[in-house]
Amino acid sequence: MPERTLMSAEDIQRALVRVAHEIVERNKGAKDIVLVGMQTRGVPLSKRLATTIQSLEEIAIPVGSLDISLYRDDISSLHLKPVIHRTDIPTDVTNKQVVLVDDVFYTGRSIRAAMDALMDLGRPQSIQLAVLIDRGHRELPIRADYVGKNIPTSSNEEIKVYVKEVDGEDKVTILLPNKGATDESD
Amino acid sequence: MKAIEPNSSIATPETFPPPSVAVWQHSHVLDLDDFTQEEIELVLETADAMAEVLTREVKRVPTLRGKTVVTMFYEPSTRTRASFELAAKNLSADTVSLDASKSSIVKGESLIDSLRTIQALGADIIVMRHSQSGAPYLATQHVTCSLINAGDGWHAHPSQALLDLYTIRRHLGTLANLKVTIIGDIMHSRVARSNVWGMTTMGARVILCAPPTLLPRGLDSFIANCQLPNVSIETEIEPALKNADVVMPLRLQMERQQSGLLPSLREYIQLYQLTLERLSLAKPHVLVMHPGPINEGIEISPEVAHGAQSVIEEQVTNGVAIRMALLYLIAGGKNK
Repeated sequence: MPERTLMSAEDIQRALVRVAHEIVERNKGAKDIVLVGMQTRGVPLSKRLATTIQSLEEIAIPVGSLDISLYRDDISSLHLKPVIHRTDIPTDVTNKQVVLVDDVFYTGRSIRAAMDALMDLGRPQSIQLAVLIDRGHRELPIRADYVGKNIPTSSNEEIKVYVKEVDGEDKVTILLPNKGATDESD
Repeated sequence: MKAIEPNSSIATPETFPPPSVAVWQHSHVLDLDDFTQEEIELVLETADAMAEVLTREVKRVPTLRGKTVVTMFYEPSTRTRASFELAAKNLSADTVSLDASKSSIVKGESLIDSLRTIQALGADIIVMRHSQSGAPYLATQHVTCSLINAGDGWHAHPSQALLDLYTIRRHLGTLANLKVTIIGDIMHSRVARSNVWGMTTMGARVILCAPPTLLPRGLDSFIANCQLPNVSIETEIEPALKNADVVMPLRLQMERQQSGLLPSLREYIQLYQLTLERLSLAKPHVLVMHPGPINEGIEISPEVAHGAQSVIEEQVTNGVAIRMALLYLIAGGKNK
């Protein structure tokens, strides 16, 4: 089955730079912004956004990583458990503008779990959502504030995001059904 | 070194993503003898994530909401039982604790009947301690829910061994090639037995040090038959302590003297107590551990038990994280 490239490394880079500008514009600067990347591929994306925002605004942006496994709504019915990574947010999120960063925005269930996880860590002033790809098919009333690229899909297609820090290269591809890829990152 | 061109790598992308699903085959946790190194590492890494939850102001995550964890203790325990119950509560499971002295067990209900009743009441995980070695193995033949062995007779205490491994790894980074000295009543110690499996699987050397009467009979041939080249026996404490990275004195049960295994308590103290002077034979970074409860002044001197090298209290804290990890990994979807 063909794996078709939808975004190149340059496309991803441009989208992230635009999203970084939008974050700064929406928040009228970068004061009190905390970027929180969702494991696994949201983490490097959040670091790249932070680098861009820092170069625009010249202030340090705290970046954290969040693992949502403990907050999933299907965890007790899974026989094989996801590997949990340590949640590491270097600052108190209370009264901060927290921007969640994820690679693919799909059903919205991960974001629901991420919001619950964040609320357990403090009381953010606001939670915003930045995603590289919005592929539709929401199952919950959640929307993204910043979108790198909207890609309408059918639910039996698979979107794969590759990031250099994890996968060795930057690209976004679409896979048609029956391909043996397994890493569905919601 | 020269920087590599970013686009020069031709590796197939499928090989890159880390496995997102845990390598975990256990429906029960009975002992560490059937754990691979990868599985132990998975438990330790999961415990690391759980330890983060324990640092929060509100130490509770919703992971096991709707699951019921039952602790059945046929033997006294404070820390293990409290630790499992806290772990279950931190994961939002419902907990029921059965105290053998206050339940129908005193009316003569058999172990199997009790287990079946607990299962019929809706238990998802049973945490069990029993004075008979092997009782949890028998139990798994009669229930379909998951079972965690919280100590059976002299045989095994896997969650204690895992928290020991976790504590060592947090301080020393790795278990590989460490010298771990376990001193005292090896014969009656399920902690020592589970630790032998866990430590050797993770690449450590284990020295079992005890007077000959407190070593299990046939230990030599057991070590040979099971091909455990990293386990050795030492009947004198000084050579056992030399260059040790970790020292773990075991609790000496007072009744051992009455049963004739020890000539006198005073002699044991003289020959085997872990004192500051003896501890100086070990490496400077040595960790002093103890599975508890401690007989201060018997197997360990108070200065050592509360000294700078002691991580005994930390073991208790880490126990909660390890048990959260075990409950998380074992809960839920049945293996079909």
